[in-house]
Amino acid sequence: MTAAIIFVISMAALLQFFISYCRSLIAASSKQVLSPEVKDVTGIQKFASGEDFNRVMQLLQLCPERPEDRNSVQAIGAYFKILNFLRSTVARIVPSMQVWTELERGHCAYFAAVALERRISFSRDMLAQQMDA
Amino acid sequence: MLGPFECFVWLLCTLLEAGVVVCAVRTRSFRRYFLLNVYMGLSFLVSVGRYTVLRHSGVDSLEYAYFYFYSDALLTIGLYFALLSLYSLVFDEMKAERYLRLGAFLLLGATAWFSYEIVNQSTHRMLTHFAFELSQNLYFVGLVLTYVLWGAIFKLRESRTRLIQLVLALGIYFSAFAANYALRNLYPNLQPVWHFVTPLLGCILPATWMFAFLRVPEEARLVPARLAVVPR
Repeated sequence: MTAAIIFVISMAALLQFFISYCRSLIAASSKQVLSPEVKDVTGIQKFASGEDFNRVMQLLQLCPERPEDRNSVQAIGAYFKILNFLRSTVARIVPSMQVWTELERGHCAYFAAVALERRISFSRDMLAQQMDA
Repeated sequence: MLGPFECFVWLLCTLLEAGVVVCAVRTRSFRRYFLLNVYMGLSFLVSVGRYTVLRHSGVDSLEYAYFYFYSDALLTIGLYFALLSLYSLVFDEMKAERYLRLGAFLLLGATAWFSYEIVNQSTHRMLTHFAFELSQNLYFVGLVLTYVLWGAIFKLRESRTRLIQLVLALGIYFSAFAANYALRNLYPNLQPVWHFVTPLLGCILPATWMFAFLRVPEEARLVPARLAVVPR
């Protein structure tokens, strides 16, 4: 019984910390303006929608991975799945939740676009280094 | 001996632990987050020590079991002080360091006494049992203290992005371990699953701290109200 209570409490705390952590990652990237070419490639202009996320993630996987952003991209991917789950369950009953999940999904897509931008510039740097060599 | 998966996770975790210290030095944050780096350095040394003992004595040996539990207790105490150093940073302007230090030692003493009282009822291997009990209880105390610190960050409107991410990462780590301990008690027959899950959880903290030191500049700021799970 005690173990079950500890499990429930710690899972609730884990979920809360995880969501806040993901939002801190998103907040850090939301200030970055996308370059015109990333806007063209992703179709995201000023605001992203949740529907863009999977497409941007596919583009992200085409670029060489940067070791320093691997964990954050995975964390946001997991956060997006949680949001999808909430959208298809709780948000159907609570309309305000529907708006919130959609907004958050859009932020996730914007985060992925910023990560794409970084990976593209990383690839360019690598190419430039190879050309120099 | 360790299988390929265990070897991979051990290597990954050890490299990440060293990576945290290297990134902190590179970004000139070593002194500012001194106790966090001491903890990560200690974790690195313990990881190497555990591997050495394991290679010499084997995973089922008494030497490895002793080394594992005593080093785990030492690391948990180290992490407890690392958490308190985060408290000092959050309450920096309030000049409450003296009270924090006193409170920390009292809480550590109370946890040690509580662990001793539990162990006192059993008859054999008292010191090893005490080390295990102390680290388990300190994990739970750590989770509660991190939660309180997170509340203080909200209340004091702390805006330093790196500090917030370090605290949140610690919260994820503590709560994941507390859930893991609880599940292990609920389903002890799933030992092969825990055998894989527990070492992977150990990589959370060094990976997230390394990211915070490497990618988040010290001067970066954010509005903490934006991080609330329930929108404010």
